[in-house]
Amino acid sequence: MSATTVCADVREAVAGIPDGATVLVGGFGMAGMPVALIDALIQQGATDLTVVSNNAGNGDTGLASLLAKGRVSKMVCSFPRQSDSWVFDGLYLAGKIELEVVPQGNLAERMRAAGAGIGAFFCPTAVGTPLAEGKEIREIDGRTYVLEYPLRGDVALVAAHRADRMGNLVYRKTARNFGPVMAAAATTTIAQVGSVVEIGELDPEVVVTPSIYVDRVVVT
Amino acid sequence: MSSALTRRLTKDQIAARIAADIPAGSFVNLGIGKPTMVPDHLGEGSGVVLHTENGRLGMGPLSAGDAIDHDLTNAGKEPVTELPGAAYFHHADSFAMMRGGHLDVCVLGAFQVSHRGDLANWHTGAPGAIPAVGGAMDLAIGAKQVFVMMTLFAKDGSPKLVPECTYPLTGVECVGRVYTDHAVLETGPGGARVVETFGITEADLRERLGLKQTAS
Repeated sequence: MSATTVCADVREAVAGIPDGATVLVGGFGMAGMPVALIDALIQQGATDLTVVSNNAGNGDTGLASLLAKGRVSKMVCSFPRQSDSWVFDGLYLAGKIELEVVPQGNLAERMRAAGAGIGAFFCPTAVGTPLAEGKEIREIDGRTYVLEYPLRGDVALVAAHRADRMGNLVYRKTARNFGPVMAAAATTTIAQVGSVVEIGELDPEVVVTPSIYVDRVVVT
Repeated sequence: MSSALTRRLTKDQIAARIAADIPAGSFVNLGIGKPTMVPDHLGEGSGVVLHTENGRLGMGPLSAGDAIDHDLTNAGKEPVTELPGAAYFHHADSFAMMRGGHLDVCVLGAFQVSHRGDLANWHTGAPGAIPAVGGAMDLAIGAKQVFVMMTLFAKDGSPKLVPECTYPLTGVECVGRVYTDHAVLETGPGGARVVETFGITEADLRERLGLKQTAS
């Protein structure tokens, strides 16, 4: 991949996301949610999106706002139903959005596998439950596992605390959550950050997402 | 028998009973809801380290007022604090930690637990219900010991400890102990065993649960 672009604004950062794209959206609830990038995506206009995110929107901002605009045809997530997921709930109950529920660890590991070049993996999660129905099962050393496949994104939208001009990212506290695995699992990774520092100003020992995974950075 | 044990336990008392069974120095994950009451009953020197699925070891109590940091939340998305010695990691590492068998105990809520330890806590299966699993399936099969905290009977009086779960399963034969208002029970492939009862005799409890009267 070519060098990371530090974008002038969020409009430039989300340019070119096509209709029908699979978009990985970071965040666990609102912590780590790339709200400015989602707002820019709403303005940009891409539709018929498949969104992969832990939750299906909280309140009326961020991912919930994208859903409310009717831009998402399918959600892949672990925990759509929450006290403040009224936007998703309404769409789902009206049959206006498809839902794939994935155990949270499988959601993370499937994206990790995509970014790491793993073709599939056997996982003990969900054995004997409805979420393993129809999937290949194998017993390995006396334990039963379910075959799970990678989950790739065309685009990842993540929020990080700080970047350098190379595109190296550091996060803050539990806002890190899905950011690193999503950054590696998408063809084009776009990061909104609180600040961009000069090359050499981030301690290489504390970089969490190396620049190789990051295509565009924008300060928000 | 002390007076405290002649009536059924409050939620706080159940939480205290669970806390008493968590070995010092354990790495522990708490499910959302009532299990989050457990840390209030851990002793000062327990050395228990709390794991949260959203990527941290060393979670502290809920935060309030000016101390609230929206980048610092628990599995229920509530603002919390961090303790000295805390560590942050991404989601794939957080769940690798569970699945890899590194957590000593997790405490989860439940709709139903079967006598052999099957867990149902993610979906009622009711028409119109929106399924949401979160980290429950990963936790259920990952932690070395899975404790359930729940009321023993549903609002309609039906037992939540059952021969076979009727709700969709979260995990198979994964629950080792069930802590309830009326009793503590062990569950597993050999069936359910009554450990302790509160405000009900063991004979009456066995009858209400349909457990064989022969003590194991």
